[in-house]
Amino acid sequence: MRELATLDRSPTLRRSASVLLVLLVASLALLIAPSPARAATGPCVADAATGCINGTIRTSAGQPAVGVSLTVEGGGTTVTVTTDAEGKWTAPVTAAGDYTVTLDPATLPAGETLRNPSGNPRTVTVTLGSSSGALFPLGEPAASGGGGTGPSPTASAGAGETDGETGAPTGSSTEGGFSWSRLAQQTVSGIVFGILLALASVGLSLIYGTTGLSNFAHGEQVTLGAILAYIGVQTFGLPLLVSGLLAVIAGAASGWIQDAGIWHPLRRRRVGTTQQMIVTIGLSMALQYTYQFFFGASALRIVTANPDIVTIGTVRISVTSIWSVIIASAVLGAVAYFLLATRIGRATRAVSDNPALAAASGITVERVIRLVWTLGGALAALGGVLMGLYLNATSWNMGGALLLLMFSAVTLGGLGAPFGALVGSIVIGLVVELSNLVLPSDMRYAGALLILILVLLLRPQGLLGRAERIG
Amino acid sequence: MDWSRIFTNVAGEIFAPTTAAYALGAIGLNIHFGLTGLLNMGQAGFMLLGAYGFAIATIAGWPLYAAVLVAMAAAAVFALILGIPTLKLRGDYLAIVTIAAAEIVRLVGRSTALTEITGASSGLRGNEYKHTFTGASPFPDTVWSLGPFSYATNASNSWWIRIVAWVVVGLACLLVYLLIKSPWGRVLKGIREDEDAVRSLGKNVYSYKMQSLILGGVIGAVAGIIYVLPRAVQPDSMGRPMTFFIWTILLLGGAATVFGPVLGSIIFWAGLMLIKTVMRDGVPETIMRNEQIEQFGWIIVGVTLMLLVIFRPQGILGDKKELAINVR
Repeated sequence: MRELATLDRSPTLRRSASVLLVLLVASLALLIAPSPARAATGPCVADAATGCINGTIRTSAGQPAVGVSLTVEGGGTTVTVTTDAEGKWTAPVTAAGDYTVTLDPATLPAGETLRNPSGNPRTVTVTLGSSSGALFPLGEPAASGGGGTGPSPTASAGAGETDGETGAPTGSSTEGGFSWSRLAQQTVSGIVFGILLALASVGLSLIYGTTGLSNFAHGEQVTLGAILAYIGVQTFGLPLLVSGLLAVIAGAASGWIQDAGIWHPLRRRRVGTTQQMIVTIGLSMALQYTYQFFFGASALRIVTANPDIVTIGTVRISVTSIWSVIIASAVLGAVAYFLLATRIGRATRAVSDNPALAAASGITVERVIRLVWTLGGALAALGGVLMGLYLNATSWNMGGALLLLMFSAVTLGGLGAPFGALVGSIVIGLVVELSNLVLPSDMRYAGALLILILVLLLRPQGLLGRAERIG
Repeated sequence: MDWSRIFTNVAGEIFAPTTAAYALGAIGLNIHFGLTGLLNMGQAGFMLLGAYGFAIATIAGWPLYAAVLVAMAAAAVFALILGIPTLKLRGDYLAIVTIAAAEIVRLVGRSTALTEITGASSGLRGNEYKHTFTGASPFPDTVWSLGPFSYATNASNSWWIRIVAWVVVGLACLLVYLLIKSPWGRVLKGIREDEDAVRSLGKNVYSYKMQSLILGGVIGAVAGIIYVLPRAVQPDSMGRPMTFFIWTILLLGGAATVFGPVLGSIIFWAGLMLIKTVMRDGVPETIMRNEQIEQFGWIIVGVTLMLLVIFRPQGILGDKKELAINVR
């Protein structure tokens, strides 16, 4: 009977899935044509005939500053580059010598200024076969400015305590010292980041709970959402809301297709979860390079306009982020309601607890798992769209970079406990952003991963998990 | 299509230092996974740590043997730190922890806070740490040709590094052969098949697992040294993809076999080179650009890994009865 029940609905679903697939392929195919123009902005690799000038630009809050334009002049050539999703830029040059790097202040994100305006333009000496850095710290023009500008009378409370930094004119270590306003700013950023991360990790946790599979390809679901939103807005000119919604629907469809096409047959073949985990690694690799194949390695900005910033007290937050948090919280609330109060949600938790017992008591385990994959795909896609907006851009490896943070969050909360994943994500978000206060910002993900290892050492079942899950 | 050039490229890849380095990395992983059943997803972290240890010690003025020892010690300590919290837990925990730890090594290594020591994201240039290794070469400084292959005797991408690398690979294979035959190796295989049974025989499973993790990690560190000697220490080139390539190589050749990792590495790199060179000549620029061919190659690697694990988990040389990937 159960077989029949699942069979009779599958033709319509399969048909709609194949229509979606065709649409997806068509939209991807459309993008092959415009991509050559972007090819030139790939990362510069120093070799015997090439030198690189590079740097990373971050906003005063430690976020990557995307789309900042810089001009490199010297040796008879002029190269213009823009920063990518991680705020990085590189410019290749073919002759050794002195180059002048000019940052265009008009392209900085709204409200950002150079901490040290006298350092722009600056001169960089390049030797072939190596990389030279040119760093432009952002923030209040204040005493901490590297290039020897004297203490400014308008020094803000935030930057006033950073005398110790004068030895590091690159501004690359801890950006500014500790202050209460920075603490507030980083806490808010951490909560925003954590809630957006939770969208992706809840799906990861549900999939682990129902199937026992650690899905290493979950990050690519996140990237898929962000890239589809990018296609919708930038290629088809759809409004952001429509494009985001379509991306979420496509994300759900891709979760459905993945389970129907790969994981369901593997479970039927009785392929072990360890083997399946290695399959997800292969899938993750194949998908990442597929994204790179079509979209190149450069940053893709879903929305090119600079975000509107509002200031609440001392905390600056973009309007988009506020909306993102509202949407994400509503969706997470709906997921919680679904799990706690609906029949199918209770069935999902029953499968998580004990699949065999759930099957024996009349729950169609495979149908629940299919639903969980669909839901996980949709949540990850939504997380990707919102994260792409929050980080100001997306790229082929955005999800891959976030994957380990998701795993940290899921492990911290307890593998397979969806509410644990929510709590864990917020903790991880706070750790990532608050570690900026004591660690250099390029090490902030390392702090979150260290927590992952410490949790396994001290409380391997996680915050909300049960000890019996551990083998 | 210029078949002789394609053939030369592919054949050159068969005994390239990179192929040897990956083979050695896979041999280390084989001790973890093939013999003991440990899911180490951070082999690139061991290699990067070995590379850093060797390069930084050499730059600090240490002699060649001391720098190699530093690299091996770094990997051993890393294995201890990873093993203590995770080896008592289920297999997939070790996978997540090792992948996270390898990422931590890379993130810390590329951090601008350590620019003085590690050179941050641009890394350490080969010329800074190569001199002790090239200095140990018995050959005169010249260029030798063997058929179509012409390399310098001592400089960067040399005959010297090729000879040393493949001798080390040979020694590692011999070591694995002896280990598989030894009582120690039988205990490891017992742990892989049924941990509880081994425990009931009075063996300290935790200690055996730790020894296996350290040994494989140390071999990984040596692989890291070989990998960076012809190039530079670039933290970002030794990230997660490197680990995944090593897994593909191991599963391709066959886990729990002596020559599987070597065969896997040769087929992996020669096959990749064949695909790329043929496509560069055969596919017009308007359909696929050069860097897209590169990415296409990696897509094939990902799909190969998936298909291998599903349809032939024992690889080319493996025995399906001996190895079912089902680690706890």
